[in-house]
Amino acid sequence: MTTATPLEQPREQPTVDRLLAPVRDGLAVAGRNLIALRRVPRLLIFSTVQPIVFVLMFRYVFGGVVGAALHGVSYVDYLMPGVFVQVVVFGAVNTAIGLAGDLQTGLMERFRSLPMARSAVLSGRTTADLARNVFVVALMTGVGFLVGFRIHNGVPAFLAGGLLVLAFGFAMSWVFAVVGLAVGDPETATAAAFPVLAPLVFASSAFVPTATMPGWLQVFADHQPVTITAGAVRTLMIGGPLGTQVWQALAWDAGIVAVFAPLGVWLYRRAV
Amino acid sequence: MTAESATTQPAAARPAIRVEGLGKRFKDLVALDGVDFAVPPGTVFGLLGPNGAGKTTTIRILTTIVRPSAGRAEVLGTDVVARPAAVRRLIGLAGQYAAVDPNLTARENLRLIGRLTQLPRHRRDPRAADLLARFDLAAAADRPVRTYSGGMRRRLDVAAALVPEPPVLFLDEPTTGLDPQSRTALWELIRELVAEGTTVLLTTQYLEEADRLAQRVAVLAEGRVVADDTPHNLKARLGTTVLELGMGEDPRAARAAALLTDRLRQRPERDGALLRLPSPDGSLLLMDVLHALEAERLTPRTIAVRESSLDDVYLALTGHRTDDRAPDPGTTLEGPPS
Repeated sequence: MTTATPLEQPREQPTVDRLLAPVRDGLAVAGRNLIALRRVPRLLIFSTVQPIVFVLMFRYVFGGVVGAALHGVSYVDYLMPGVFVQVVVFGAVNTAIGLAGDLQTGLMERFRSLPMARSAVLSGRTTADLARNVFVVALMTGVGFLVGFRIHNGVPAFLAGGLLVLAFGFAMSWVFAVVGLAVGDPETATAAAFPVLAPLVFASSAFVPTATMPGWLQVFADHQPVTITAGAVRTLMIGGPLGTQVWQALAWDAGIVAVFAPLGVWLYRRAV
Repeated sequence: MTAESATTQPAAARPAIRVEGLGKRFKDLVALDGVDFAVPPGTVFGLLGPNGAGKTTTIRILTTIVRPSAGRAEVLGTDVVARPAAVRRLIGLAGQYAAVDPNLTARENLRLIGRLTQLPRHRRDPRAADLLARFDLAAAADRPVRTYSGGMRRRLDVAAALVPEPPVLFLDEPTTGLDPQSRTALWELIRELVAEGTTVLLTTQYLEEADRLAQRVAVLAEGRVVADDTPHNLKARLGTTVLELGMGEDPRAARAAALLTDRLRQRPERDGALLRLPSPDGSLLLMDVLHALEAERLTPRTIAVRESSLDDVYLALTGHRTDDRAPDPGTTLEGPPS
């Protein structure tokens, strides 16, 4: 009497479902992360206080010196695109902190036992951080207007610049998703981030033109993605010959996501 | 009567969980070394063992979180390595730490799990409300979980595992750290689920817990199953109480041990001047022991009858105490808090 008894057989996923699942589950996780952001507002406040201090410092302390080296562009107009890029780059650390936190609390274990898309925990986090960046960049734009920043090149180009900033922030979030999964705890993620991010942001054209940097540093500064993105955003917002800057910036974003998203999902699958 | 009894009580049902020759190696550490067991549907199976014995690793393999290095594991006939996505639709998992989002409310946590387990939209809210009521969390349902006590979080964690109404439920040390009242309440819930047809695999460090809940218990030691039996048989073999006799001096203890072995066919474990006798009923044994010792003027100086701990079971099954070779030196093992 060994005939197989009818036990519940798992339903097979239809193809449509398999294609939609990453989006559907990613949005569910993103919604969850945004609730946390709303409920713990200090996360948002601390990530906006620092860039505001930066704007005020650079604008009023270094503005005079740097402004003299710029030809016909007021420093605040030069500075703000750089600040936008800096804000989203530093903000990307939040992606690492959030994922490392989920690893630590055991929530990641639960997610991995659920019938959800393998990419959703990561894409949900990077998507929530994208939404967070929309808020932060809008806020910084307001702060910029208060200290003399103005739209010079029309609203569409200005908004396009904003989108380019957000795209770069999204790409950096995937880098830090990998960092968060690799280091596994929020404190280490924070500590590991600064030595990498500081040179990326400061050895760039974000706050000052690269022309006065030593030659070897210029080579790095002129070709790294923060400079490329800041340059493209600046041209869009202030005006001037665009060239291929926007495409270069988008190529960086696409390249970063193409490398780090699969790497992140691979780490997630095998994270212990 | 015919059709119904055939489906509710299959005579030779396929196991709900089947594990064969399961092995797992983490770098130099062998976590599982050829584990076999089978769990009939609609029953509770207990995995008993100290930290580091391989309980959690077994659960993590069965819930598709890690892959085994050797052997096979099936949930309701579905292979966990070949078809992990299908297995995830059959299981619920409540882990050792309450894996819920502290920033969400209990209701939001359950809704999220409902969404991620593809529960139809119209069923998510009623399901969450049901579980909140059942786990006595309704009053706190809309407070962020970070304001919860440990016991409340643990209950929410188990509730979260139940959202998709999984036919097979994995509970990894569900009552560790719970106060006795919450523990009893959780036991009651587990019994209800099993009465409704759920199969439960639970791990525990408490002999009493396995005894109260499980139809069958496997004892794990260093990644191997050292016993797989009903709690009744296990108790008969190993005893559920331990009689401890302080004899004052080592020579007296040695003489008393010899005497008890001889007269009562008990084989006490001697630790200096202390004798330990595992027994199914220590207080009954106590009378015989005292009579025998009295006759030889070997009256014990101190007498204690206590519940057997996992440590005692281990000693009986493996010949050494749990802390001898456990990889985590910070771990203390004791009976359930009483």
